[in-house]
Amino acid sequence: MALLEVNDIHTYYGNIHALKGISFEVDSGEIIALIGSNGAGKTTTLRTISGLMSPRAGNIVYAGRDISSTRADLLVLSGISMVPEGRGVFAKLTVEENLDMGAYVRTDGEVADDLDSAFEMFPRLLERRKQLAGTLSGGEQQMLAIARALMSRPRLLLLDEPSMGLAPVLVDVVFEAIQRIASEGVTILLVEQNAHMALQIANRGYVLQSGEVAISDTAANLQRNEVVQKTYLGID
Amino acid sequence: MLASEASRRILRLGLLSGGFILFAGVIGMIAAFHEREVVDDFISLGQVLLLATPFITSYMAATRLLESGESPRLALAGGLAIGVLSALPTVILLLFNSDDYRYLLDASLKLLPFVAASYLAWKSHAQGNEPRQVAATWLIAALLIGIVSFGFALIFEVKGDLRGVLVNVDRDWVEVVTFDHRRELWTGIGLLLAASAGAGLSGVIMRILPEVPRRALLYGLGITLLVGAFGETVRLILQENLDRDTLRAIFRRDTLRQNAAAMLFIISTFAGFLWAMFGGRAQSEFAALDDSRRHQVRNLGMLLFAALLLALPWLIGRTLSDVAVTIGIFVLMGLGLNIAIGLAGLLDLGYVTNYAVGAYILAVLTSIGPLGLFKGTFTFWSVIPIALLAAMFAGFIFAVPVLRMRGDYLAIATLGFGEIIGKLALSDWLKPLIGGAQGVQNIPKPFLFATELKNPEQLYYIVLVASLVTLFVSIRLNNSRSGRQWMAIREDEDVATAMGIDTARAKLLAFTLSAATGGVAGAIFAAKVGTVFPNSFTVFISINVLSLIIVGGIASNPGIVVGAVVLIGMPELLREFSDFRFLMYGALLILMMINRPQGFIPSKLVMHEVHAGAKPKVSASD
Repeated sequence: MALLEVNDIHTYYGNIHALKGISFEVDSGEIIALIGSNGAGKTTTLRTISGLMSPRAGNIVYAGRDISSTRADLLVLSGISMVPEGRGVFAKLTVEENLDMGAYVRTDGEVADDLDSAFEMFPRLLERRKQLAGTLSGGEQQMLAIARALMSRPRLLLLDEPSMGLAPVLVDVVFEAIQRIASEGVTILLVEQNAHMALQIANRGYVLQSGEVAISDTAANLQRNEVVQKTYLGID
Repeated sequence: MLASEASRRILRLGLLSGGFILFAGVIGMIAAFHEREVVDDFISLGQVLLLATPFITSYMAATRLLESGESPRLALAGGLAIGVLSALPTVILLLFNSDDYRYLLDASLKLLPFVAASYLAWKSHAQGNEPRQVAATWLIAALLIGIVSFGFALIFEVKGDLRGVLVNVDRDWVEVVTFDHRRELWTGIGLLLAASAGAGLSGVIMRILPEVPRRALLYGLGITLLVGAFGETVRLILQENLDRDTLRAIFRRDTLRQNAAAMLFIISTFAGFLWAMFGGRAQSEFAALDDSRRHQVRNLGMLLFAALLLALPWLIGRTLSDVAVTIGIFVLMGLGLNIAIGLAGLLDLGYVTNYAVGAYILAVLTSIGPLGLFKGTFTFWSVIPIALLAAMFAGFIFAVPVLRMRGDYLAIATLGFGEIIGKLALSDWLKPLIGGAQGVQNIPKPFLFATELKNPEQLYYIVLVASLVTLFVSIRLNNSRSGRQWMAIREDEDVATAMGIDTARAKLLAFTLSAATGGVAGAIFAAKVGTVFPNSFTVFISINVLSLIIVGGIASNPGIVVGAVVLIGMPELLREFSDFRFLMYGALLILMMINRPQGFIPSKLVMHEVHAGAKPKVSASD
């Protein structure tokens, strides 16, 4: 059974119909990529899943439970964690405090262990643990945002444009980390404009176009798809 | 820097300083400050204002000039010029005001339209406008300015002096600015110019001096002036601890005697000298101590401070204890409001609500007057928890409708709630319960066992204990899970939600806890004053509390105490200047925001922020 099932959701910003019936599913352990151009509805889809927005029609089923109208903060408890677009680190808190905030919902005593493994995954953060997050470079902030999202021990990690505004070298580092996270059993839903990178690490992908799913296929097939190549991969 | 640029800066600063002195004179500030003598028969606070302005201005100007590589000689000339310019507007007004030279005013008012119009026409010409346009400019400007200035000339002629328009340009003002030479006008003007020029020069000289003597002299001057200006307060403190004869040797009534002032100046300069010489070394030695020793030294300091706090009412006497209680009430409110503003970033402008609720709850429950519900069944102590809970409840109720609001909108909505409370207290509807405009009277003082705590010295301890408890709670909150959730909300509400924080609950908690101390403060206030009127609960309370947080340092507990002492204590001590209270208040706030936006004692966090903001290389968080 799929871990996450999105069934024909419609989401609005006021009168603007942003998602016009999006459906897809994410199986446990997969990396799923949502690709598409600006305004296709990728971020809106993530915000709807994470509960920051609610769909007017359609439903979202997570681990067998309808979560369409569940509050965002409660979803964190049930194992959905999001890395928001533009990273959203708490600029005026230190790196360590940011990570602590990620573990806000945890009540077990193993937070310290996870802190260690976060630093293991991103040694750069260890060097800067007492530094204010706002003073980190863009790449470091992205690492921090990902590490922070992992602190709640999610089953499903939602990543919104992790490569945005990063130098190519750092994009590689971040995507390697995403693969490593996936290999540890975390299911990943990845929203990306950098379709090339996203499809390289994903199992399957969905192409969104003005609020609808235009194409869905395995990542390998999508990479070979002519339309995708032309529109999103820049291959003629 | 080009010489012309330097002279333009000097001209601008000098005129600014002169304009300020003129303004202070015209609004009556100088004459009012003259009432308070700083040193007996030597200098008044008004004259200090007159001279400190060019002094500070030229000190600042000299700093800028020397930093941009100008010679000291130019700086000295600049100081002289600033001194003269500072006095100039006042001198002109003096001439206009004197009977002998009134015609100058008349003449300049009548000349003004022509000169001003010609200037504007010339400007228009320089911009390449056609002759017809230039002529039209001249005509319109001359007409418009002429109507105003001839009108003023007429008023002055009819009234016979300037007071018809400028109420405060009176004999007192002339006395101050001429250094008591009202009759010999030119001597007075000469004295004013010389004194002002001297002040300007000494500002520069002070800047040129090497660091050690400069700091020593500035300490000496500052402390002497401060003690002199607050002579009444200092005397009240000393009165508790010195015998009459000693006191009389130092003060004539509330004013520092000349020889006492000289002694004080010498001693404080010497102390300043010692500090400037060895202070740095003491600090570095302190820093070099190992951790445990440093803790010992710090604990010793804390112990001394605690002892001082405990002994304070005996040291400062009744009048000042009363001021201390008022300060304490505001410290309580400041610490409370800081939970909403400093920790959770919720700009609450309706804090007076909680204060009013606390005060009225105590009043109605304990009053032995006609409005008292229980006529003495309830004591102060049993009502304090009730007032606290009631204020929390009010905070909760008022928070529910504004949970979804952010920033400015939240501020406006809470401002509205504050106003509603004031109107409710005045309303006929609640009059049977809380007395409308007459308020509730006959509130008994608290009893501790059999002793009635009726003096401010005794009430002080109630405020002290309440403040310490609040301080403890707010320090603990700051480092708690709740504190962290508030910080996350302050930084970014959406991300906070994405971390699993229930923002609605967190905000409700912040408003509710923040309201608690407001209720206690209100209750203590009611017991202290003995009566509760709606007039005590205006928007100014909210603004005062907010300002003291901002001036002291947002989210900084020691800062809030300092802010309360400065913003609440100082005006209490300078009551005779109450006319200018809000002017000085406003000026202080503006100066603080420009020069020290992080407050007197910034919290570590805000210090980072201001510091980080100054560095351009910091990447944006979004």
